[in-house]
Amino acid sequence: MTRAIWMEIRCEFLSRLRMPRYSVSILAFPLMFYVFFGLILHNGKLDGIGAAVYVLCTMATMGVMFAPLMGLAGGISAERGLGWMEVKRASPMPPIGWFLAKFCGGMAFSAIIVAALFVLAATLGGVRMPAAQWGALGGALIAGSIPFCVLGFVLGYLVTANAAPAMINLVAMPMAFCSGLWVPVQFLPHAIQGIAHFLPAYHLAEMSETLAGATGHGSVASHVQALIGLTIIFAAAARIVWRRDEGRVHAG
Amino acid sequence: MVIAELRNVTKGFGPVTALAGIDLEIARGQLLALLGPNGAGKTTAVRLLLGLSTPDSGAARVFGRDPRERAARTRIGAMLQVGRVPETLRVSEHIRLFSSYYPKPLPFDETVALAGLEGLERRLFGKLSGGQKQRVLFALAVCGNPDILVLDEPTAGLDVDSRRGLWRHIRNFVARGGSVLLTTHYLEEADALADRIVVLNHGRIAAAGTSSEVRQRAAARKIRCITALDEPEIAAMAERVSVRRDGLFTEIVATDSDHLVRRLLTRDPEARDLEITSAGLEEAFLAITEAKS
Repeated sequence: MTRAIWMEIRCEFLSRLRMPRYSVSILAFPLMFYVFFGLILHNGKLDGIGAAVYVLCTMATMGVMFAPLMGLAGGISAERGLGWMEVKRASPMPPIGWFLAKFCGGMAFSAIIVAALFVLAATLGGVRMPAAQWGALGGALIAGSIPFCVLGFVLGYLVTANAAPAMINLVAMPMAFCSGLWVPVQFLPHAIQGIAHFLPAYHLAEMSETLAGATGHGSVASHVQALIGLTIIFAAAARIVWRRDEGRVHAG
Repeated sequence: MVIAELRNVTKGFGPVTALAGIDLEIARGQLLALLGPNGAGKTTAVRLLLGLSTPDSGAARVFGRDPRERAARTRIGAMLQVGRVPETLRVSEHIRLFSSYYPKPLPFDETVALAGLEGLERRLFGKLSGGQKQRVLFALAVCGNPDILVLDEPTAGLDVDSRRGLWRHIRNFVARGGSVLLTTHYLEEADALADRIVVLNHGRIAAAGTSSEVRQRAAARKIRCITALDEPEIAAMAERVSVRRDGLFTEIVATDSDHLVRRLLTRDPEARDLEITSAGLEEAFLAITEAKS
């Protein structure tokens, strides 16, 4: 059993690593956005922290949101649609190993994105923080990709392989906007500010900004609570789609 | 001894009835072929037996258990029709991963040998030919040392050589004492491999038995002779007759061949070079499915 779990995780990583084009494209976007908005347009301060730090928080949130959504939803919908998942489900594969492999894959990408953004921020962005603060921020961001892994799982079961990239963007782009990742939440209309409170990306971004030293973004504990609550809701949805898929026919 | 069965199973998808109450039993050491045209319900039957879907009524049992139980799954190996398999994993990685799911898998080298994959272990799945890919899927089905193999159209889309290669591996599995359920619409395949054939059409069992019994059921014989009679005349002599010219010869396939031959010889005493053979499974199969539809 433990061997099966370990093998599953290993194979997930190996197969991802051998698809560099796919991996690089997932990594490139948050870095590119950070260069544009955090480094080139780095004017002034916001809520007590410099733009290079503020945008680091929002772009890292975007990175740890998109990577698992793309990775899990895209990967799972493809495996299901093409019948591969059926072969695995017909076998005595322990589902826990498969879940863990997908989650580890998603979180590893998140970790790489966060690390790359930190390097950019510390070098070109001139961001200075005590080591403990870097550590807390990095840890929070990587752990913060968990709800997106679960959401990616749900989406992977709701969309078909062909529609996956478009559907993921349809979910992720509005979520990024409403969560204040592109324009700070306080500049958004009130109605959207209300919606933001129900979005994991909002809470993760706010929590990171607080950890990075910004003021007026709520306590870390309140955001952690919200993120855990949302994760539980997504997990309940994940359980439903996984169960429902048992006994479902796919095309072909 | 029955090791896997479908008991009075019905399954529908919306308005479509995929299976209309079928019984299917697979005995130990048996190779059962489920034969039928596309849409006959073969894949549905396989999915039910693998616990990938649940019947509307009736039951699927593998070693007396619900096939969705892990204890049942560890004793089955499945080869399904797959659109695509992760292509960036090596053959050896795929095999080792699937082997890890089973409590007592075959040694790696034995799996490789059983599927004829020697020398391809390091190859990425995406770089394999169609026949090699099917053999990898076969390897994943046998690697857990299962008691029963379920193969859903294992040779679909393969060329003759690859098909025969896979047949050899399937026979080897049976020779080791394994049981096999195989679906196919290649009649030749059922004829060549199976101890027992079940013909499925429109979700019902149209015929069942050994391959010669299935042929007898349809009782189709091929009659070849040189005769002066023309085709419509012969076709009118009995029911379910097909006639075609083959050079000098006339070729007739008929279910009631005795009757037809008698009338043919009465009408044309000059008919010569008469040759009567049992029709191939293909002709028998067509006779059965056409009679039922």
